[in-house]
Amino acid sequence: MTAYARPAPWHASAWLLAGLVTAPIAAVALNLVLPRMDVWRHLADTILWELTWNTAVLLASVGLCAGGLGTGLAWLVVAYRFPGRRFFEWALMLPLAIPGYVMGFVFVALLEYSGPLQTTMRAVIGESSRMFDIRSGWGLVAVLSLVLYPYPYLMARSAFASMGAAPVEAARGLGLTPRQTFWRVVLPLARPAIAVGVALALMETLADFGTVSLFDYRTYTVGIYRVWFGMFDRVAAGQLAVVLLLWALALLALERTQRRRRQYTQAHGRSAAEVWPQLAGARAWIATVICVAVLGVAFVLPLSTLVWWSLSPALATPSRLGPMVANSVILASLAAFLCVAAGLVLAYARRRTSSRGLRVATEIAGLGYALPGSVVAVGVLAILAGADRTIADVVQRLSGRDIGLLATGSGIGLLFAYLVRFIALGFHPTEAGLSSIPRSIDECAASLGTPPRRVVRELHLPLLRTALTAAALLVFLDVMKELPATMLIRPMGWDTLAIGVWQMTSEALWREAALPALTIVGAGLPAVICLTHLGSPRRFPAEEIS
Amino acid sequence: MTWRWAAAAVMCAGIVGAELAGAQGGPTLVVYSSRAHYGAEPVFDAFTKQTGIPVKFFTGNNNEVFERLRNEGARTSADVLLTVDAGNLWNAAREGLLSQVDSPVLARNIPAHLRDPENRWFGLAVRARTIMYSTARVKPAELSTYAALGDPRWKGRLCLRTSTNTYNQSLLGAAIKQDGEAAVEKMVRGWVANNPTYINGDTQILQAIAAGQCDVGITNTYYLARLLQKTPDFPVAPFWPDQQGGGVHVNVSGAGVSAHAKNREAAIAFIEYLSSAEAQATLAGASFEYPANPAVEPHAILKKWGTFKPQAIGVAAAGEFQATAVKLADRAGYR
Repeated sequence: MTAYARPAPWHASAWLLAGLVTAPIAAVALNLVLPRMDVWRHLADTILWELTWNTAVLLASVGLCAGGLGTGLAWLVVAYRFPGRRFFEWALMLPLAIPGYVMGFVFVALLEYSGPLQTTMRAVIGESSRMFDIRSGWGLVAVLSLVLYPYPYLMARSAFASMGAAPVEAARGLGLTPRQTFWRVVLPLARPAIAVGVALALMETLADFGTVSLFDYRTYTVGIYRVWFGMFDRVAAGQLAVVLLLWALALLALERTQRRRRQYTQAHGRSAAEVWPQLAGARAWIATVICVAVLGVAFVLPLSTLVWWSLSPALATPSRLGPMVANSVILASLAAFLCVAAGLVLAYARRRTSSRGLRVATEIAGLGYALPGSVVAVGVLAILAGADRTIADVVQRLSGRDIGLLATGSGIGLLFAYLVRFIALGFHPTEAGLSSIPRSIDECAASLGTPPRRVVRELHLPLLRTALTAAALLVFLDVMKELPATMLIRPMGWDTLAIGVWQMTSEALWREAALPALTIVGAGLPAVICLTHLGSPRRFPAEEIS
Repeated sequence: MTWRWAAAAVMCAGIVGAELAGAQGGPTLVVYSSRAHYGAEPVFDAFTKQTGIPVKFFTGNNNEVFERLRNEGARTSADVLLTVDAGNLWNAAREGLLSQVDSPVLARNIPAHLRDPENRWFGLAVRARTIMYSTARVKPAELSTYAALGDPRWKGRLCLRTSTNTYNQSLLGAAIKQDGEAAVEKMVRGWVANNPTYINGDTQILQAIAAGQCDVGITNTYYLARLLQKTPDFPVAPFWPDQQGGGVHVNVSGAGVSAHAKNREAAIAFIEYLSSAEAQATLAGASFEYPANPAVEPHAILKKWGTFKPQAIGVAAAGEFQATAVKLADRAGYR
């Protein structure tokens, strides 16, 4: 047990880190001390229950659709051989590079009443053809599911790929049909991983404001914005945000219950996919058609629409893209490194400690991902500016020099904001990866006299490589798309691609926004491609255990 | 592993370097702006050319720019706050982020109803938020007031932004100041009873009217001007409502001097310049807004629409009654 003998350094740094990233969230929660009964009574009398119901319905639908789509596709590409499988295996991740609000706008523009599809339909069938309304709950669920299914897809795919053949063979041997085997054996085994993916997708749904407001769908975030910027009541808005945090905590608790019944299977040589019955002939082609359809709707269609728009005559020329690309990529890379390093510390602390307090702290640290970006950003700003003003005041008193604000409006401050917002993306995949390494390995190494440092470096890190890189790339892609925190905290003149999109969309110039939006997708593509190659089943012995 | 650390180090150095580079140079006027760059830049270049004062921008959404300014407090580097919607200007003034400016130039160039009664902010460009109708299916004689859009004849024919949209919050806020809460609530209930189609975006509403999804809507004027510039025969026209009553709802984009401006003189000179006849033509013209300075003619497309009687109550009312307006919308079931 020597490996567990000295948990102190992990312990301390995890506490420090959790405290650091929780501070801005606490700053938001602090609003609870000021009573705002009048606002709450007004909300309870009017829109609160509608918002609550809408949010619950949206979460359930997106969870089901994105989770089902992601899991289904993952099983398809892992278990079956069909034309184009190797291509789809990574290509199905591509929608991750498209910001949700861009996807939403493209679909609304194409499918609304005055859009090309319905206009053509009316011309062909006649005015009476009252078609669907894309600005509706189901339109929103469809778009969010198309943007978010890659999270469960990514998680499920690596779980399926590393699943051993033994349980499948046993189930078949006991007379279960392939369908029964999938539902009763394969799916339950992959459930913890799928739960992580769905939880991430749902946290993103919970935090979303841009996409839901495109569809005029009123969720909790819309309530926060109405109170904050409509009623100019920052405190009551903060209190609503605390309620949103409770939603996120409930989600995480749900995810944990899925994980508690984790089981391990040992893959000795063969994987589950290798013993799975294969599709023959036409049925294999159906698999291809399904993948083509999803990829076409979720990626090719929005992308080609953006290309079409960016080629059409523009009302305004966007700012130069070069510096924006550089800023975006630099910030996203640094943030990815930071969030994964921090996520690793938290995940390790969880592994090494039985302290309930620390477990709760690591959980709370990740909540920034479920809050609307602007709420998190304002919390971060309050902390940064507060610290800055104090430091500047002290320095001025001591030396008489005005050093101004150091962290506010600096790259460092912005990276801190990204850490608060996205540490969950560094933490959850890493933790899932880490907990799939049996503790017996640590104990075994320790009993052979291996120092803990070497266990980490030579055993865990190589085993975790896939999970860590996946986490890093998820953070990278999210930072590329991030808007509110970047807008609020960035140094003056430091525009990113997302800001470039905003400069045009804020003036309702969506066609003019197509070029920077395309560039976001383009800059994210290498990351997506890396991400998917990592998840491919790899056959070095260490990874056989999962 | 070494090259990764090296790469990270280089990037960190890049960030620090960029910040140091940004911090150098002589006294620069710093403008926090929530008017996106579009359409505005030539004016600012002209200001620099004329005065020799370089201008640096920090742009973002209203809300973000506002929070940044508020949190930076006395140590902000902002000299000027430039933003859209009088409600936002009113809120910034209320929170003490703007300072009073006594400028004869601004008093002369900007009419009283387009600025803060205490001169903490000044409207620079005016937009009317008015009724838009399909020239194919609606006769102007059928239209009269904002409230008349609640008439049953418009059932299923009305397109609206939601009440989460600031422009509509300002519209209602100003109406409350003018006609009282009860009258406005009656108006909004009338709209809601007509089962309006909610569409997120002024441009999208205009396109919906053109395509036949609805026949009337309420949008800002410059969105229509933009569409007309692209498509001169776009089948939508503005109607000026309430001409016998309170007048057309107008709003502004405007500016104020930061309460903690380091370059106060330059900041005042900047706003004065933007209000001048020379700058107004470009500032308002490029974005199809009405110039705030009455000495300046609006863009040709806007002139074709004729003149109208604007609300006389002063644009500050939009902010003053915005919170009331949002609550009213909630009560009336206006999404």
